[in-house]
Amino acid sequence: MTYAAPLRAPETLVPVLHLPPVVLAVENLSVAYGTTRVVDQVSFTIRAGEVVALVGESGSGKTTTAQALIGLLSGNGRVTDGAIRFDGETITAFTERQFQALRGKRIALVPQDPGSSLNPVRTIGSQVAEVFRLHTDHSPDLIRREVLSLFERVGLSQPELRYDQYPHELSGGMKQRVLIAMAIALRPDLIIADEPTSALDVTVQRRILDLIDDLRREYGTALLLVTHDLGVASDRADRVVVLQKGRIQDSGLTRDVLSAPSSPYTRQLLADAPSLAAVPKARPVIASNARTVIEVQGLEQQFRTKDRAAFTAIRDISFSVAAGTTHALVGESGSGKTTTARIVSGLLRPTFGSARIDGVEVTSLAGEALRQFRRKIQLVYQNPFQSLDPRQTVGQIIEEPLLNFSPVPAQERKARVVALAERVHLDSALLSRRPAALSGGQRQRVAIARALILEPSILVLDEAVSALDVTVQARILELLAELQRDLGLTYLFVSHDLAVVRAIADTVSVFQAGQQVEQGKVEDVFSHPSTAYTRQLIAAIPGATLTSRPKQPNA
Amino acid sequence: MHAQLVSRIGQSILVLWAAFTLSFVLLQALPGDAVLIRFLGGDLGLSPEQIAELRVLYGADAPIWEQYIVSLSGFLTGNFGYSVISGTPVATEILTNLPPTLWLAGLSLAAAALLAITIALTANLTGFAPLKAALENLPSLMISVPVFWLGIVMIQMFSFQLGWVSVINPGPWEQLALPVIAIAVPIAAPLAQILLRNIEAVSRQPFVQVARAKGAAPAHVLVRHILGNALLPSLTIAGLLFGELIAGAVITETVFGLNGIGRLAERSVRFQDTAVLQAIVVISAFAFLLINLAVDLLYPLVDPRLRRDDVKGATA
Repeated sequence: MTYAAPLRAPETLVPVLHLPPVVLAVENLSVAYGTTRVVDQVSFTIRAGEVVALVGESGSGKTTTAQALIGLLSGNGRVTDGAIRFDGETITAFTERQFQALRGKRIALVPQDPGSSLNPVRTIGSQVAEVFRLHTDHSPDLIRREVLSLFERVGLSQPELRYDQYPHELSGGMKQRVLIAMAIALRPDLIIADEPTSALDVTVQRRILDLIDDLRREYGTALLLVTHDLGVASDRADRVVVLQKGRIQDSGLTRDVLSAPSSPYTRQLLADAPSLAAVPKARPVIASNARTVIEVQGLEQQFRTKDRAAFTAIRDISFSVAAGTTHALVGESGSGKTTTARIVSGLLRPTFGSARIDGVEVTSLAGEALRQFRRKIQLVYQNPFQSLDPRQTVGQIIEEPLLNFSPVPAQERKARVVALAERVHLDSALLSRRPAALSGGQRQRVAIARALILEPSILVLDEAVSALDVTVQARILELLAELQRDLGLTYLFVSHDLAVVRAIADTVSVFQAGQQVEQGKVEDVFSHPSTAYTRQLIAAIPGATLTSRPKQPNA
Repeated sequence: MHAQLVSRIGQSILVLWAAFTLSFVLLQALPGDAVLIRFLGGDLGLSPEQIAELRVLYGADAPIWEQYIVSLSGFLTGNFGYSVISGTPVATEILTNLPPTLWLAGLSLAAAALLAITIALTANLTGFAPLKAALENLPSLMISVPVFWLGIVMIQMFSFQLGWVSVINPGPWEQLALPVIAIAVPIAAPLAQILLRNIEAVSRQPFVQVARAKGAAPAHVLVRHILGNALLPSLTIAGLLFGELIAGAVITETVFGLNGIGRLAERSVRFQDTAVLQAIVVISAFAFLLINLAVDLLYPLVDPRLRRDDVKGATA
């Protein structure tokens, strides 16, 4: 999917005369919050109809750069140096009022999280209409017609019905369509899309990116795509700008940067980005006589909705996992993968079916037996920022599970915590700190250590690396592989990310709307998917164009 | 919705019954009774026999459980008994004293809401940092001001020194002005505090940034996007504060010499007028329940997420 190809051609073949005009020129831009400089001498240009991707991890300054472009730096942020030229005019020193005339009309924003980017107490229609009310003197009637035709243009079904609906009545993908309608309403010259699809399921992500692409080509709009995902940048952008800690590491035509990156950082990013194109590292061969530790048979879970109707979250789920291997549950949001993981962990009792862990029927455990069972299976959650008690020290967090079972002398507890910290490569100096002082990767190591202190044989990893930056994610995945090899752990790995699953799992179950549509060995499922849904999922993963991997100087 | 409403009404009835029973028990536990207080003084020269007769007349001699049944069934049929002090039916006493108190409470709550919103909006719209800081700290000061003190100070200033509000025979609005302010100030404080906190929290929501990115001015965003969301939690607090309004009425009506339920309550306590007190407790509980039920019913109107409509065709 290289929409960008025709646009690249003139730049390399035809002299400057035929290039579309420069819409945005950022020259040596520096931005600081207080005295902390977060964007340092960043320069790039975007021409009409062009897509430039601003790629970086958290803290790279990519979102700050985007905010500076529309004069919406938060708090004490300010531009300290450099210039932003929009359509030939320097807007760096624009007043709030001058910016207001620009925002929404000539520069539009597609925000990151559609779930919280719409006002929950106002109707969809009125929020889109607001753009017209702010910038035009159209009559209410005309505005309504304009909004309805925009809804149609961005592919919202039943526009008339949507107009009077509230955000909570729409799915994430529909909300993002509404936000795109808002952005294109007045045909702006530049659209800034800040991680427009990071919060969406992979198949929805693809449809939304296609939509943005179509609209951009139709209207000749310049697009600044802010993303952490090299795959998305590779598929969609003409040029990429790679940022790290506020500085440009690489900048140029997408294919040049990605095939021959000049900076070590970009090489690292490329090496760490999970991608289907990459050949997965060889997984240890599973002994064919390995004992089965997780055996799930015909699980069904019904929930009662508020109107007392039964809702079947999962039905007829069966799989088994051999000791020392990783089984992945993949699927989009609402597919039932987390429900299944909760049943296996003994946190939820299924309506029907059985789950046997090491020969023990979990679904009938209760009281003390269930409590003792928890020693055997532990969980690591998605968000390391919310799953750790901010008032405990790291040492206390790791130690806590031990206090729930047969008493262990304080001396020994301490020794075990220190040994485990070493095991997960966590500096033991951090044990006396609190979670707030730790980075996301360090926190996830703490969460893993906490899960391991009871010496379980099984870890349930619920999207355990999804909230992490790619380079951090790669390190955590390496740690998980190492722990599995050394301790013989069995993993149940819940993830929406097929590229990650391919890199670390041995077997996989694909979930769709509560059903298990496919299961088998990872290589088989990925190279010969047997259902249309799995094929669609695999095709939707961005980064198919990231085929040629650069040579790793020190891999 | 209907099932929920029915269960809420059921709960309310239970609470009313509990309020009735508790207050009945507590009032019975008091030593002596109104008949003794009123007639034993000796000024009237009643003989013990005559007092005993009066006690039979008012039902004060019956066993407690019998009094309870009689009193409860009276309440259920709308017969609240007679005031021992004035001899008029309790219902009449309440009906004449309730309207002024409701006016006072309603106006005070409205004034408090207005004051709280004004403080919150001004603090957020002013570009002048010292004013913002001052306004943000104002609620802590306001909550520390006792109603009776503020009332006396205001009477001193506005009535006696400035002569703006006459003390003798003031007009119906004139007589309400100072008490409304005296009650509104401490009531507005928690409302303003919650509103300020909520505005700050809502301002950090991504949809606020989206509204700014549409080209809306900060004031427009504050009023059209932030305020609506920030007001939601204040609604619950406003319902709870209504209870304080009724309690505050006792003090305010005494300080400002107004007639109302507060004065009636104060008089009834002084003379142990059990029947009237009992009715006041139950009616206050009823008003409190009614307000909070109204708040609950109001929520779905202001927050569409709480409406229980079927979600129509939500697919991507």
